[in-house]
Amino acid sequence: MTEQKERKPVFKTTVDGIEVKSVYAHADLAGFEPDTSLPAEFPFTRNIMPAGYRSRLWTMRQYAGFATVEETNKRYKYLYQQGQTGFSVAFHLPTQTGYDSDHPLASGEVGRVGVAIDSLQDMEELWEGIPLAEVSTSMTINATAPVITAMYVAAAEKQGAKRAELNGTVQNDLLKEYIARNTYIFGPEPSMRLTTDLCSFCAKEMPKWNSISISGYHMREAGATAIQEAAFTLANGIAYVQAMIDRGMPVDSFAPRFSFFFASYNNLIEEVAKFRAARRAWAKIMKDRFGTQNARSQSLRYHVQTDGFTLTEQQPLNNIVRVTIQALAAVLGGCQSLHTCSYDEALAIPSEESVQLSLRTQQIIAHESGVADLVDPLGGSYYLEWLTNKIEEGIFDYIAKIDEIGGAPQAIQKGYIQREIRGAAYNYQKAVDAGEHVVVGLNKFTTEEEPELELFELDEAVEKKQVARLQKLRSERDNEKVKKVLDEVRNVAKSDENIMPVLIEAVNAYATVGEISDAMRDVFGEYREPVVV
Amino acid sequence: MPTKKIRVVIGKPGLDGHDRGANVIAQGLRDAGMEVIYLGLRITPEQIAEAAIQEDADVVGLSCLSGAHMSLFPKTVSLVRGKTDKDVLFIGGGIIPRKDVSKLQEAGFAGTFGPGTPIAEIADFIKKKFE
Repeated sequence: MTEQKERKPVFKTTVDGIEVKSVYAHADLAGFEPDTSLPAEFPFTRNIMPAGYRSRLWTMRQYAGFATVEETNKRYKYLYQQGQTGFSVAFHLPTQTGYDSDHPLASGEVGRVGVAIDSLQDMEELWEGIPLAEVSTSMTINATAPVITAMYVAAAEKQGAKRAELNGTVQNDLLKEYIARNTYIFGPEPSMRLTTDLCSFCAKEMPKWNSISISGYHMREAGATAIQEAAFTLANGIAYVQAMIDRGMPVDSFAPRFSFFFASYNNLIEEVAKFRAARRAWAKIMKDRFGTQNARSQSLRYHVQTDGFTLTEQQPLNNIVRVTIQALAAVLGGCQSLHTCSYDEALAIPSEESVQLSLRTQQIIAHESGVADLVDPLGGSYYLEWLTNKIEEGIFDYIAKIDEIGGAPQAIQKGYIQREIRGAAYNYQKAVDAGEHVVVGLNKFTTEEEPELELFELDEAVEKKQVARLQKLRSERDNEKVKKVLDEVRNVAKSDENIMPVLIEAVNAYATVGEISDAMRDVFGEYREPVVV
Repeated sequence: MPTKKIRVVIGKPGLDGHDRGANVIAQGLRDAGMEVIYLGLRITPEQIAEAAIQEDADVVGLSCLSGAHMSLFPKTVSLVRGKTDKDVLFIGGGIIPRKDVSKLQEAGFAGTFGPGTPIAEIADFIKKKFE
């Protein structure tokens, strides 16, 4: 008996994903370049390090931030007590888009999706009781990354730390903002200048700092498929490497501190294959396109976040299961750092209770499941190796197309990448609406009753509190000094000098995020997205 | 006699940049036979109101995922109502806690459509209002 009727006419990894047959065998690997590399051997398919998690577990790094620095400092200490091993700062939208908490556009947004940071005073108090010389911090900040990094460095130095000993990452990736995340301020050219200013500064002064986190997560959230997520991320990576080289920075001076950020989605094996394919593809790109023999420059190092879009408002406890599968995929894929979402995140940002469970998910995988006790445990699976090859193929197909257009920045300007992603997002919605793609609890196995959850709620007094704080700061600082340094920011912005030193001066004078951003707006102008729908 | 297409203006007020839902619904309503004007993101309630009048909108759809909807959505309704006697239909979406849905209703929102809403549900809701 060799035939059986199947549940569907076609099985795919995801909507618009790769077609999957019933079983894979050795013969399926024929026609692909064989890859028998071991961990830490080019092209690093299996891992960039020889012992992986046997040596050091991934960093458990929960994205967190809300209200004012007081509340967020408390949450950070809680997360550390619960066993997280790295910090990850969520900034509220005004900080991300260069507005102070009392700006008209900030109204209603203060402290909602992240912590309100208006000045160095806020940054100093954010880390009260946390020695920056001893921790690793990732900051999700892009358009204002140079300003916020300057604040972090200034705050650390006030604690007595040296900038050269600081461990961490700054996202600093504007290309994906134009594609999917949308917190840009300036246009593509000034943005690339600011990004590479920050990367160059870090390359010279902060050897333990990842100067960029080239991100695919947000593109995946916006609707990209696994191949698109990996391909567009690496295409953006190519653009950043090229931009640094064009500035005269030798590739090995910065590439070892370029890092990446991916999503982890529901299709377990596709995600593992995606991570392996991305590692292999990046190694080949760095060697073949950019000519580096340096293993550290060739190594793809990345953070993963379990994919927020997959979380449902309906039957939220189901999300615990989704996050577990996604976290497992991230670990089996060999990420350096991981954030696990909370089950109530389709409704609100995590409460203490729900984020504790998210951390426990990682800890149970690390200490009870056995998958962290060896490197690339699924390596050798016919399906995994075949899928890794297919995704790598897909990555290079897209990169070739983007090269034809003239590179990622051009492809973004022409709307090519956005259209691919938005098409995939629309197809996904149609598939869910038609019941072709099952989302448990949403379009199948639905219930009428919903459990009452204890959700995080923002104190409505936060905005007033932060605005009062900001106004007090403005009345107490040396405003003459601030005015002068903002003029200098404009001058440096107009020149081709690196912006970072003057930004460090500006933040030390307690110039605010909004004021510094406005000074740069005066020089660079603001970007208005051409609508691509 | 051809039916006039329902004109829908969709936009994202405030600073929130999560536009997957707004994009998908814009496309979906277009495919359902409506005329959709997508204003994009980071627009003010004032700009939305201006566009709603200029475009002779039948429907205004607002999206916000950052939690700032109570500061932005009701304001948009009053600005539009202040500029026209036309009975514009207001719908909203994004991350809107259940406790705010009734408040938005009081402020003039005929429907609030959260994560997981099928496109057809929104299209049918609008079409029924204009029968």
